[in-house]
Amino acid sequence: MNLEKVIFGFFIVFAATLNFGFFIGEIDNPAHHDIYELFAAVVVNLIATVLKFGDRTQIGAIHLATSLVADLQLLAAAMVWGYAEHVSGTGMTAATVTSIVSLSGGALFANVVSVVILIAETIMQRR
Amino acid sequence: MNGASTSTIFLVLRRLRTPLIVLIVIFAVSVLGLTLMPGPADPNGGPMPRMSFFHAIYFISYTATTIGFGEIPYAFSEQQRLWTVICIYLSVIGWAYTLGTVFAMLQDKNFLGALAVQRFARQVRRLREPFFLVCGYGEAGHLICEALDELGFRAVVIEQDETKVGDLELQSYSADMPALCADASKPDTLIFAGLTSRYCRGVIALTNDDNANLAVAIAARLLAPALPALCRAEHADTVANMASFGTRHIINPFEKFGEYMALALHSPAAYHLLLWLTGLPGATVTRHREPPAGRWVLCGYGAFGRVMTQALTNAGLPVTIIDRAAPLDPTHQWVKGEGTGIDALRSAGIADAVGIVAATANDINNLSTVVTARALNPGLFTVLRQNQVANRTLFDAFESDFTMVPSEIVAHECLAILTTPLLAPFLDAVRRADDSWAEQLLGELTDRFGWDVPAVWSASLNIAQAPSVYRSLMRHERQIGLGELLRTPVTGRPPLPCTPLLLLREGDPPRYLPGAEVRLLPGDQILFVGTEEARRDLSLTLFNAHTLQFVLTGRDSPGGAVWEWMDRLRGTRTARP
Repeated sequence: MNLEKVIFGFFIVFAATLNFGFFIGEIDNPAHHDIYELFAAVVVNLIATVLKFGDRTQIGAIHLATSLVADLQLLAAAMVWGYAEHVSGTGMTAATVTSIVSLSGGALFANVVSVVILIAETIMQRR
Repeated sequence: MNGASTSTIFLVLRRLRTPLIVLIVIFAVSVLGLTLMPGPADPNGGPMPRMSFFHAIYFISYTATTIGFGEIPYAFSEQQRLWTVICIYLSVIGWAYTLGTVFAMLQDKNFLGALAVQRFARQVRRLREPFFLVCGYGEAGHLICEALDELGFRAVVIEQDETKVGDLELQSYSADMPALCADASKPDTLIFAGLTSRYCRGVIALTNDDNANLAVAIAARLLAPALPALCRAEHADTVANMASFGTRHIINPFEKFGEYMALALHSPAAYHLLLWLTGLPGATVTRHREPPAGRWVLCGYGAFGRVMTQALTNAGLPVTIIDRAAPLDPTHQWVKGEGTGIDALRSAGIADAVGIVAATANDINNLSTVVTARALNPGLFTVLRQNQVANRTLFDAFESDFTMVPSEIVAHECLAILTTPLLAPFLDAVRRADDSWAEQLLGELTDRFGWDVPAVWSASLNIAQAPSVYRSLMRHERQIGLGELLRTPVTGRPPLPCTPLLLLREGDPPRYLPGAEVRLLPGDQILFVGTEEARRDLSLTLFNAHTLQFVLTGRDSPGGAVWEWMDRLRGTRTARP
């Protein structure tokens, strides 16, 4: 067992689970989507991205790409949230919540791809 | 080809992994803590709401980067201030760690090496003109790069010694010469340096390590079989090895000097002619004392010593060898001892010898030997082997009759092969000819051009190098004799100060010293010796149809369609009456 592999797998799965936890619930109900969970999802996703830096293999490249997509989607969701709360002054309307949650749903898809790659890689190694 | 650049990026990313994660974690913990701290008391009663993520990120961003706008959006509560103190120290640690890692990486030798390789490979890839790949920037490499630069060729240099690469960057070459500090014997290095590029015109391996030169030779043979490779080799087995897989030009400085020595013994005039023709531009050749016939003493029976013994024996001269080792060669008189000592020199019979060859690999010992020998016999003819270029002052101070400097011999030979391929067959003819022919030719040429090293160049009458003459010959406008072409394009058309030495024509035997009456044909290759001005004038004649017209007829032909038409009109009008 390799500690580096444990940490790597931990962060990838953790990023996906946090993302899923935020995404699940009624799409336009602010009460079902907690901001701390979104924050945690963003931070864990960023860490997962950095962990994927510096791998020259083809699989490593796809890993990094999926993570970058997830980061982009989650950051966009966070920005929409901040804009709605502080800049536009409309507060959390149903439309805003819907767009935030759907953005995080896109990120969730990228994270699921990442987890699938992780599993495929593990199965391929046969060690 | 892109591998070098991406690998550097990956190297950077891999090194920055930990500091980036530390920064992200510190930032996340700080922001999260700030949103959890209770706010100050609201003047309207009750506490203010806790900080939102938006404000927390804003505050931490300007605090962590030490910009510090103050307490925004409201005066903080004591709990928030407590947490801010922790954030400040955390972020300072995070930044200090990250910056430290970045600077350490920027100074890391591996990283700098990776960057240098990448920059070098990019420079070479972007070269869009013919270049030569020079491996080893020692004294010979330096001379060759200078000459290539003067001839308008680019060079790409690989050198293992960092100080020599730095030296190259200080040289004021007219063109930029990409240089890499790396081991030339590695094929990857050669590929980065453009061995497989279609602009590469040749590979020149000049390192002072025979094995490295051999590695370059075989890499060139396998990766770029069409390229001419010029390789230096000092040991006979390396020469044989290189020859076995068809290396085009193998340059053995010892062998070359042995040939010069044999030539000087056999035909002094031919030797001087050869020196005069192959000298480095700007040098002056002086008449040497001729090596005398009689008994010779040779110190140091190594690779060079063997060659010299062979040259002297072939000339029918007896040789006494002084060497540390026990006798290796029973056919010669052998004294076991040090050439630097008076005893060994005396027992080798230095008093009645005519010449001495100091041939060891140690410069100081060589000098000591000849100084001692001259003291014992002032009339000795001395041949000195100089190994280190740095010892030049010492060797200049001792006025030896011949000094063998391997790097100079290699440089001369390479330049002759690269710049004037016709010179080699002519020099072979000089070597074979009898002394009186060489004596007469040397007299004629030096009377005409002086003892300064002349310009030696070759011209091919083809579409690329001589378009005007080629077109004129192909149209059968008129016959052109060699003498008619060799005129200066000024009023009066005086003869050009140059002499044709050799004319090669497909299917004919080579014509040595072709006369003025030889009719030129397309495809002829001619070797000339003369002044630098003659070379320029001749190239103008070969390129420019109007100059050619003037040189041949003495009439200035008009340029442009209208003037040509008027000229024809005038010609018919004058012809009519």
